[in-house]
This record gives sequence, structure tokens and C-alpha cells, in this order.
Amino acid sequence: MSTPILEIKDLKKYFPISGGAFGKSKGAVKAVDGVDITVMPGETVGLVGESGCGKTTVGRTVMKLYEPTSGQIFFDGEEITNLRGRAMKPIRSKMQMIFQDPYSSLNPRHTVGRIISSSFEIHGINPVGGTKIAVQELLERVGLNPEHINRFPHEFSGGQRQRIGIARALALRPKLIVADEPVSALDVSIQAQVVNLLDDLQQEFGLSYLFVAHDLSVVQHIADRVVAMYLGKVMEEAPTAQLFAHPRHPYTKALLSAVPIPDPRVERSRERIILKGDLTSPANPPAGCVFSTRCWKATDLCHQVAPLPLELTPGHRVACHFPE
Amino acid sequence: MRRIVQSFEESKGMAMLKYVSRRIAISIIILVLISATVFIIFNYLPFDPARLSCGKHCTPEIIAGNRHRLGLDVNWWVQWWRFLEGIFAGRNYGEGAALIHCGAPAFGYSFTQHECVTTLLGQALPVTVSLAIGAFIMWLVLGVTLGVISARFRNTWIDRLSTVFVLVGTSLPTFISGLLLLLFIVLKFNLISPLDLGTWHSPLTDPWGWFSSYFWPWLSLALIYAATYTRFTRSNVIETSSEDFIRTARAKGVSERKVLWKHTLRPALAPILTIAGLDFAGLLGGAIITEQIFQLPGLGRLTLQAVLQDYDLPIIVATTTLAAAFVVIANLVVDLAYALLDPRIRIS
Amino acid sequence: MSNLLDVKGLNVTFPTVDGEVRASVDLNFELNRGETLAIVGESGSGKSVSSLAIMGLHNRAQTLISGEVILHGSKGSTELISASEETVRGLRGKEMAMIFQDPMSSLHPYYSIGAQISEAWAIHNDGSKRDGMKRAIQMLDLVEIPSAAKRAHEFPHQFSGGMRQRAMIAMALVNNPSLLIADEPTTALDVTVQAQVLQLLQNMQKEFNMGVILITHDLGVVAEFADRVNVMYAGKIVETAGVEDLYYRSMHPYTIGLLRSIPRVDQIDNHRLDAIKGAPPSLINLPIACSFAPRCEYSSLVPGGLCNQSQPELEQKEAEHFARCFLPAERIAEVRS
Ligand SMILES: Nc1ncnc2c1ncn2[C@@H]1O[C@H](COP(=O)(O)OP(=O)(O)OP(=O)(O)O)[C@@H](O)[C@H]1O
Ligand SMILES: Nc1ncnc2c1ncn2[C@@H]1O[C@H](COP(=O)(O)OP(=O)(O)OP(=O)(O)O)[C@@H](O)[C@H]1O
Ligand SMILES: [Mg+2]
Ligand SMILES: [Mg+2]
Repeated sequence: MSTPILEIKDLKKYFPISGGAFGKSKGAVKAVDGVDITVMPGETVGLVGESGCGKTTVGRTVMKLYEPTSGQIFFDGEEITNLRGRAMKPIRSKMQMIFQDPYSSLNPRHTVGRIISSSFEIHGINPVGGTKIAVQELLERVGLNPEHINRFPHEFSGGQRQRIGIARALALRPKLIVADEPVSALDVSIQAQVVNLLDDLQQEFGLSYLFVAHDLSVVQHIADRVVAMYLGKVMEEAPTAQLFAHPRHPYTKALLSAVPIPDPRVERSRERIILKGDLTSPANPPAGCVFSTRCWKATDLCHQVAPLPLELTPGHRVACHFPE
Repeated sequence: MRRIVQSFEESKGMAMLKYVSRRIAISIIILVLISATVFIIFNYLPFDPARLSCGKHCTPEIIAGNRHRLGLDVNWWVQWWRFLEGIFAGRNYGEGAALIHCGAPAFGYSFTQHECVTTLLGQALPVTVSLAIGAFIMWLVLGVTLGVISARFRNTWIDRLSTVFVLVGTSLPTFISGLLLLLFIVLKFNLISPLDLGTWHSPLTDPWGWFSSYFWPWLSLALIYAATYTRFTRSNVIETSSEDFIRTARAKGVSERKVLWKHTLRPALAPILTIAGLDFAGLLGGAIITEQIFQLPGLGRLTLQAVLQDYDLPIIVATTTLAAAFVVIANLVVDLAYALLDPRIRIS
Repeated sequence: MSNLLDVKGLNVTFPTVDGEVRASVDLNFELNRGETLAIVGESGSGKSVSSLAIMGLHNRAQTLISGEVILHGSKGSTELISASEETVRGLRGKEMAMIFQDPMSSLHPYYSIGAQISEAWAIHNDGSKRDGMKRAIQMLDLVEIPSAAKRAHEFPHQFSGGMRQRAMIAMALVNNPSLLIADEPTTALDVTVQAQVLQLLQNMQKEFNMGVILITHDLGVVAEFADRVNVMYAGKIVETAGVEDLYYRSMHPYTIGLLRSIPRVDQIDNHRLDAIKGAPPSLINLPIACSFAPRCEYSSLVPGGLCNQSQPELEQKEAEHFARCFLPAERIAEVRS
């Protein structure tokens, strides 16, 4: 077996809740609370879950934009958990991030050329044939007109801006791209274009993706494996086809059944699970299993003891006392 | 069920109480620190009040005597401590036959005016407070009304007219507007007799005299401030009226008048409260120029005299501390009022 | 089912410095009581603008509106475009109500949830403050807010996203309106919460026998919820049909493309998505031509480059099924399969 491009072991990231007269800490938001994820070379791992479950925090901690509270992060076999500043720089160029909001993640005062070439400058790279040629090649590769190198972000549509973000991420030929909801802000008819582009780039450059999204249909399409999170913990992990066909955690099952299917006959004849109650806050997660407050199967055991993730069949991990 | 509701309400009250007492405690600490800062600053200024109050035939002995009399022959922190003590316990100044006692709260003794500073403040404060309150009300009413109207009738001639007012008002310095008012309107048309300038009319015994002697100073100050408030109100109202919750109000069938006066104005005015409080506090510290022009014996003039004429340190220290205290107190009041107004701040 | 709303030749235009923005052009549709009409289309296609025009929520001084909107309410019919501001205001919140996409910003941050609902009631009813609050609590109960009597006194920021949208629904329904316009009511919510809110809306519709206009860009939500669908593109309705006709016998290349481009959770696929190329046009100074032509795969099938020269009308392609396309129904059926 080859080395994973990314391996996260028991990762935790707590944010202190400050309050009181002199900003003393009053506990912590357990945004990520013991997460294991492995991404193999050329693989796409989808990270799904509802708002506030910690998807973005996982992505940002992997990128070392946040310091992990505990746990380990390995990139291409090398531990990067405690790397900082200069030591982290060579890793940074191999690991890039694409953001959700194509409007705020590009500097409005810089031209597209400058936005993309800044990656080269930061890492002191002189691409063969010069920066301008390299940028134009990148633009062309992501489906933009290379002559638009001197335009500003506001002159592009949402989908085009997302392409600029992708071009910037690609500039340094990374091995891993952490994509945080890269298509959520885009129109339905544009989403497919960007998903296709990401697919093509993966083929061409052998990229690996950690693909964070709340839209399960898109994840189903793009991911090889899916990790479902709830309140900072992994509920279920399985190869995509298996997870979507036979979800075994009640949460995953409810999540899947809540996604409407664009087919009236199928949609109306389907059985649906409607969860009771609202999302719980990660500032005070329930005792026992974090999902127990909304789970229709929960027993006393669930309210008291947090289930450990178990590998039920090869590659299919479920953290539930009563898997389906 | 009832009990749950009650305890919930109580805990909300408790939270508010805790918030208030915490803010008050912090304010007191800040005030103490400010007064210390004042002493440190004056300690290091290159002026020696003992020498300045010494006159022509000065000998080192007289200077030393003066220094002792003024209480300046000890370290600044001792001076500061005595100052604090005086506020709570009263204080003696001078020695022997020349011993003078100022009762609590004592802010010092002015050897040039031969008065306890507290007495001087007591005379100047009503003047400044009168000036500040009247101008404050005037500019708030004028500024907010004009701002709301020009937001409501945006891009009509009313709005343009108010824009002209804003431009003129914000570009005129106070002394010009004050002088203009004084010279061309007031004196020319005999609205106030020059002799009456600076006479104190108590609002309790002579309300009309009080009102008429302050009207023009109020106006001259209010015009300047009102212009800023007009501009600020206008932009806040316009910004708030494009909020989603205003659209919701209209979708409910709320009348345009109520949309403006109930749904828009409260959130639009909340931020104005903050600057209004600080502006008011600033004025309480003394409107030096206006007081000078209209010859009002307020805090501003008191301070100016103390600085210009004889470097009367006790007065300067007292008025500086007082002005700072007003700002701190205004901050406190504004924050509490804001919490009452905006429920999002109340519970956090 | 009786007729509730008739929209005839509705145009909404914004004069701007760059030129006229024709945000909705010649809209024609009707809605019955108890029926759900979905409006789908991408961002900027004119969905919100049209529904705000029905509610009379555009600033009349800055918007050019023409056409007819006839509401057949419980007290007779009213033509809303020519009616006085006062008349429309009396119907708003009473006969027709609206809920919006972002329940956080759509609720007033300074007033309690209960006060906001009771205000909506008090505008159209006589009664004391106490009556209003009672009614508000009743409504909150109805939309399944737990311990409604207590939570009515709380403020929007103390509610979760799903609860805020429930509160918005309670507020919209407080006067038993016959028409409810829901503008992307679940777009800001999580899927599990979206499922709750949609189910609630469906129950409320049955209970109140309302006509519902559901604006969304999610074809899954449409499939679940709608009886009929209007597909909008660049300010125009390009296709209108019953929900099954629309999904199984789409008659407009845009609808066909849209349905093909979205992946589904119930079908595992690994092939490339069939994306529609290009991006929607700007609405300023649109040329006289089919707005979708530049992105259309089939425009070459229409002889003589017609698609780029003139504007197709909304034609009947089948019974109860209209589309704005030059291609005859048989040709579309061919290319679709
Ligand atoms: N910088 C931060 N400081 C404090 N708390 C934070 C910070 N970033 C995130 N959180 C909290 O951590 C939790 C997880 O947030 P995160 O953004 O990772 O969620 P998410 O799964 O990406 O949600 P979404 O789908 O809304 O993007 C949330 O409760 C959030 O409020
Ligand atoms: N007040 C206005 N002045 C000028 N143009 C406007 C105005 N309001 C809306 N528009 C334009 O009208 C078009 C239609 O907008 P609308 O809000 O109806 O889109 P939508 O279909 O609801 O999209 P979304 O899915 O993003 O809500 C857009 O191009 C928008 O920019
Ligand atoms: Mg996120
Ligand atoms: Mg909209």
C-alpha cells in the first residue's frame, strides 16, 4: 500500500469561548473533537455534515491555518502537526485551498494576473517561460480567456471567479487540494461546469481532494470516499457507493433521506425520515453519543456512552451502538 | 410551567444587574487611573507653578515656600493620593494663620483666586451644564428631524436643501458661527444687551432669563453639531431602510409612517446614541470658544483663565479630571442605554 | 379548485444609469387555491423581482411595472398594479403573505418574536395587545415551536435558523392569507432542517387551503412540493408545465440541460456531468433574440439562425405545457432522448 497523501489522527480543535470581565475563558467550542481521515494519492474524500459540524475547521486545521489542539497531521508521510512558518513553507506549496465564496476570497484591487502570480512570488518560483506565460496557461487550463489576465475580479461572473481561485490553487502544482464548499455559492447550471473542471484536473495532475460540502448530491458525484460528521465527530465513513446505498448510521440515513431528489415520482413515493429538534451547539454537546438528542433509536446507553467508531465491513466505519 | 418562566425572567434580570455593576466597577477603575495620569503629566510639564506665582522679586526661598504652600514639594503620587483623599474627606491648605479648610469634596485650593476649587466649579458648572443641555437637545432635535426628513424625501429639493445646510454647517468653525450670530443678529438687532452677556439667570427662579440668555449660544453650538447629525441620521436611515426586516414589515402591511418611525428609526438611531453621548460629555468639559465669545463663566472659561493668566494648577487639574470623568460616565450611560435598546447586546 | 391569482403580461423594469434592467418580461400565469406553483431559475433570472411586484413591494418611484395582477381574495377581486397604495397595503399580510430567504435578517432584531407576530395580526384586526400576543403564541404552537408561550418573548438572535423560519411562517399565516409567496424559504437552512420546514409548509397549506408560490433553485424541492412549475431564464418564463410533464417531457433546452447537469443522491454515477456551457446574460440591453441561444446546444437545429435573430414566444407544445423555443415539440422530444 502506498503512503497516504494526508492522514489525520484523532484531530481536535477547540476554540475558547471568551467572556467575563477580563476575557477569561469560559469553556470551549469543540469544533473538531477527535477526527480521523485518510486521503490516498489521487483520491477524493468528501467531508459532509450540517452547518457548524466542523467541516471548515478540519480543512483549515489541515492547512495549518489553525493550530490543532491535539492529534496528528501527516502530509505525504511526514508529520506536519507542529511545523510552523518557514518549516511549513515547502509543504504549503503542495497543499492548496479553494474557498466557498468566490467574491470575498479574491482581492478586488488586484488583477487576475497578479492574484495568480502572487503564489509564484511567495514561494520564490520562476516558472519556465516566465510568469506571464505560466499564468496564461493556467487561465486557459481552467477555461478562462488568457487575454483576460489584466482584468479585475469584479469583471467576472461567480463561476469564472471560482475558476480564478482554482487557477491560483493550481499554480504551484499541489498534490492535495482542500476545497471548502467550492460550488455552494454557484448557480445550478454553473456548478456542473466547476465540478467537471475539478474532475478533469484530478485526472490530468493526479490531484487528491479533500472536498468539503454540505450538498450530498455533489459529493456523491465527485467523491471516492465520504466522511459524515456531526458536532465535531465522525459518524460514518465509507466508500461513496456503499455509503449512499446502505448508510448504517442513523444520522447519515436521515441526512440522505432529507436530500430532495429531482424526480417527482421517486421523490413522492420515497420514505423520509424527518429529524426532530434543531442542531445542537458544539459549545455544550450532549453527553454520550452527540447525535442521541435527535436520534429516533437512542436508548439510555446512547445518552450515557459515546460509541467508538467500528469498522463493520472493510472500509466502512460507523460510530453507533445500534447501526442499521 | 409558571415557575420556569419566572426563574427565566429572574436570571435575565440578574444578568443585566451583573453587567451593570461590572461596567460601573470598570468605570471607577478607569477614573482613578485617569486622575493619576493627570498628575503624572503635570508633574513632567516644563512649568513650575511655584515660580510662576512668585512675581517679580523672586528669591529661591519664596519659591520653596510657594512650592510647599501649593503642596508641590512631594512626589506626584503623594500629591495624587492627597487629591483623592481630599475628594472624600476634605482638606486643609496652607499653614498656621493662613490655614484654609475646603470641605469634601475638595478638589484643591486656588491661591490666585483665593477660593476652594470646589466653589469655583460650583459656580461654573451650572453655566456649562445649561449650555450643554440646551445645545444638545437643540442639535439632536434639529439634526435627527432634518436627517429623517431628507432620508424620507431622498433626492428631492428638501434633501438638497438639507445637504447645503450640512455642507455649510460642517465647514464653519464654531468661532465663526458664534461670532456671526453674535455680531450680526444678536447685537445688531438688540436681542441681548451686551451688558447682560455673562449674567447668570437661574432656570429655577428666572426661567425666561435663563432661556433667553442661552438661546444664541445654544444655537451657535447646535448649528455646527446638527449638521453632522443630519448627515449621520440620513445615511443611517437610508441604510436601515434597505434591510430585509423593513421589507418584512411592509409585507405584513405596516403603514409607511410606522415603517419609518417604528421599524427604521430605532435601529438607525442606536449608533447615533454613542456619538451623541460622547459629544455631550465633550461639551460638559467646557465649550471654550463659545463660552469665550458669549462671555459665559463656565468651565471652559475657568480652564482657559487658569491656563492663560496664572497657571493655576489646582483648577487645571480639577477641570481636566472632571472633563475626563464626564467622558467615562457618558460612555457608561451610552453602553447601558444601548443594551436597553438592542436586545442582542443585553444577553451575551 | 377556484382561481386565486391571475398574472397577465407583467413587466418589471428598473431604469439604471447603465440602461434599463428588464428583470421580468411579459409574465403570464395563474394560480388556484390549494395549489403550489414553483418558480425555478438561476440567480438573477427575475424570480424575486416578479414576486415582489405581485406583493406591491417595489418602490413605485424607482420601478416601472406594467401588466395586470388580479387577486381573487375572500372579499372579491382586486387588480393590484393599478390599485392604490392603500388598497394593496390592506391586502398585504392579510390576503397575501410572503416569507423570505434569510430568516435572520428578515426578522427585526429589536423586537421579540411574539411582538412581531402580534403586530402582523394587529394591523388587520381589532384587538388588544394581549389578544395579539395570545394569537402569536397560538401560531408559534402551530408551527411547532416548543414551549411557545415562553419563547414568544425571546428575540430572533436567540432562535436557531430553522426556528426563525418557522416564526416567519407563523407571522405570514397569522391572518389566514389565501396566497403565500415563499422566496427560497429553505435555501439558508441545513438539509435536515429544510425537510422539517418544507413539511411544515405543506401541512400549513393543507390546513389553510392556500395557494403557494414557491421560489427556489433546487429542482429536488420542486419535485417534492410543486403541482406546476414556471422555469425562468433571463427575466422570462421559458417553460411552464405540470410537475411530471416538466421533469419527464421537458420542452425547453434550458430545462433539459438543467435536469441533466445535476447529480442525484439516489443514483451512483461516475460519468462526467452534462454541464450547460457559458453563463446567463446580463439583463441590461438584452438583444432581441432567444436569451438562451448562446448557451443552447440545439440552436443549430433551428434553420436560418432564427434563434439569434428573433424572440421565440411562449408556445403551447402539449396540453397544459408551454415553452419558449422555436423547435417543434417532436424535435425537442427527439433531442431529449
Ligand atoms: N475562529 C473561530 N472561533 C471560534 N469558534 C469558531 C471559529 N471557527 C469556527 N468556530 C465554531 O466551530 C464550529 C464549527 O465551525 P465550522 O465553520 O468548522 O463548521 P462547518 O461545518 O464548516 O459549517 P458550515 O457548513 O456552516 O460552513 C461552529 O460552532 C463555529 O461557530
Ligand atoms: N432595485 C433594482 N434595481 C436594478 N436592478 C435590480 C433591482 N432589483 C433587482 N434587480 C436586477 O433584477 C434581476 C432579477 O433579480 P431577482 O432578485 O429577481 O433575481 P432572482 O431570480 O430572485 O435571483 P436569486 O436566485 O439570486 O434570488 C437581477 O439581475 C438584479 O440585478
Ligand atoms: Mg464551513
Ligand atoms: Mg431571489
